[in-house]
Amino acid sequence: MSFRTSLLIARGLAALALVSGLLAAPAFANEGGAVDHAPINMGDKASLQRGARTFANYCQNCHSAQYLRYSKLTEIGLSEDEIKSNLMFASEKIGDTMTVALDKAEAKQWFGVVPPDLSVEARVRGADWLYTYLRTFYKDPSRPTGWNNLAYPNVGMPHVLYELQGVQKLEEVKPAAEAGEGKGEGEKKEAGTEHHKKLVLAVPGKMTALEYDQFTADLVNYLVWMAEPARATRVQIGVLVIFFLTLTFFLMLALKKEFWKDIH
Amino acid sequence: MSTLTKVVGWVDDRFPLTSTWKAHISEYYAPKNFNFWYYFGSLAMLVLVLQLVTGIFLTMNYKPDARFAFASVEYIMRDVNFGWLIRYMHSTGASMFFVVVYLHMCRGLMYGSYRKPRELVWIVGMAIYLCLMGEAFMGYLLPWGQMSYWGAQVIISLFDAISPPLALWIRGDYVVSDATLNRFFAFHVIALPLVLVGLVLVHIIALHEVGSNNPDGIDIKKNKDSKTGIPLDGIPFHPYYTVKDLVGVSVFLAIFSAVVFFAPEMGGYFLEANNFIPADPMKTPPHIAPVWYFTPFYAILRAIPQKQMGVVAMGAAVAIFLALPWLDRGIVRSIRYRGGLYKTFFGIFIVSFLILGYMGTQDPNLWYVNPVSRVCAFLYFMFFLAMPIYTKLDKTRQVPDRVTA
Repeated sequence: MSFRTSLLIARGLAALALVSGLLAAPAFANEGGAVDHAPINMGDKASLQRGARTFANYCQNCHSAQYLRYSKLTEIGLSEDEIKSNLMFASEKIGDTMTVALDKAEAKQWFGVVPPDLSVEARVRGADWLYTYLRTFYKDPSRPTGWNNLAYPNVGMPHVLYELQGVQKLEEVKPAAEAGEGKGEGEKKEAGTEHHKKLVLAVPGKMTALEYDQFTADLVNYLVWMAEPARATRVQIGVLVIFFLTLTFFLMLALKKEFWKDIH
Repeated sequence: MSTLTKVVGWVDDRFPLTSTWKAHISEYYAPKNFNFWYYFGSLAMLVLVLQLVTGIFLTMNYKPDARFAFASVEYIMRDVNFGWLIRYMHSTGASMFFVVVYLHMCRGLMYGSYRKPRELVWIVGMAIYLCLMGEAFMGYLLPWGQMSYWGAQVIISLFDAISPPLALWIRGDYVVSDATLNRFFAFHVIALPLVLVGLVLVHIIALHEVGSNNPDGIDIKKNKDSKTGIPLDGIPFHPYYTVKDLVGVSVFLAIFSAVVFFAPEMGGYFLEANNFIPADPMKTPPHIAPVWYFTPFYAILRAIPQKQMGVVAMGAAVAIFLALPWLDRGIVRSIRYRGGLYKTFFGIFIVSFLILGYMGTQDPNLWYVNPVSRVCAFLYFMFFLAMPIYTKLDKTRQVPDRVTA
């Protein structure tokens, strides 16, 4: 193998690391149209902790995370005492998984569907879809719960967070008026506009649109962490492994050249 | 005499240790002109070992029970020390096995490695490939996700098209169920790996009996040193190719690790998003597609409007490789000395195979999927069926006596 070839391979490896980074965002099979980009940061532990609290307060009444142990939350910087006093309402042991007491048959009656376990939901839907979903609930009297969703049409879940976000309505917009509008607070241009309809805030909630976006981003950040708690470790180790293998490659190349000196 | 020599001598009197080492490693003379394409044989062995070892560790925590299978995989991902690494190595290894094997087969096609006297090497290789397909298919059911479940449901239902009792016998139930999971586990973990390892041994012994082909397709045994009887263009496998393969191994492991650590889902191609939903026999996913390595054959299946004929075509697409040694009537082995006719057919074949692979991942309701698949399936089969004609008509070049650099 010539030196040029080996350089090529080394460059190929660098390019590969780049490509695999790009591919790290997998394709998800979702209904619905365009989604907004979720501004999440897995390294932001404060955000993950806020998300964990939101999950315990709002989601975990119905949704379990049965593959996640409470003790795992120490990895996002919480102490065992903090977990026990703030996040464990059913007084389980710290090594327990996040189950719910909800009766499945009753839930099916109420929502038409059993609320799914959310342990790996982020790996099914992707962060962007979840972020869009949580922000595009709107009032729809034709639905049994009174709520509908742009990302998940005819969803079974009511808008649990409406007190925070406020109540959105889906309104017809004339195409001309739509084209002239900028992207202001309270309207979601990308995902919120579907055909000639857009979401408008009919009743304001406790949070401004910006605050609510941040709030849902924290929750999505947590859901993504929860779907694969080993992710940060994985990437950290990966960098070392690639570094080590690059060194190995040059060492093996030198070894090969030494042995092959006399072959023509 | 050192202690080591004594011990080896003691063993040699009772077991052919030194002679086996010499025959297969240190005095196995391989052509000195192996190129890039010759890395994939040893890499396939490496991946096989990786799969066996990671598989053993997965088995320690995996539960082959429809109630617990999905949860036990998540348990491995979260609660087993470095379980995520073992699982990702195994899932990435499955795909990389096919990457490596497809490249290895492509090498065989290009340089005519299936030609006389290597017909058995080729046939055993195809048996390995078949076994690998079974191994991958059964292994894919084990995580018990939606794609695992419905993928198995669709593939086993193909046997329904041929003989319903056969499909029932395979599943052990009227639908894919706990019984299916248990038997697939048994096959995936014991039966097929045993066969696979055995076939690999036979593949290598058969290869070493006839000697390796090379990019020039020249028989290096025709030019031997008059005194030693060693081929002039041959070099001992060890140390030359062992050190060279180590270069290939480090590049391969870097690529492998990049996937394992930075993109284990590989954009949904290695681990599908839908497979993170537990199997639900009452809920069919809107779009079921097999994993990428089966998609070329899946596209051929769907391209044929009649299901039974589709199954036959799919089977034929795999089985026809077995006839290759007898379909090829060319004078030369290697593509290097073949004419434009062969190169055109070969190029079209490779492109059709890749397009079929892509079409197999796409929704069949898209207008272009079936027409394009049909054209490509036709071109795919033409490579084989027209081979006796075009290889004979092809204007080949003179093959040199000795290998070229």
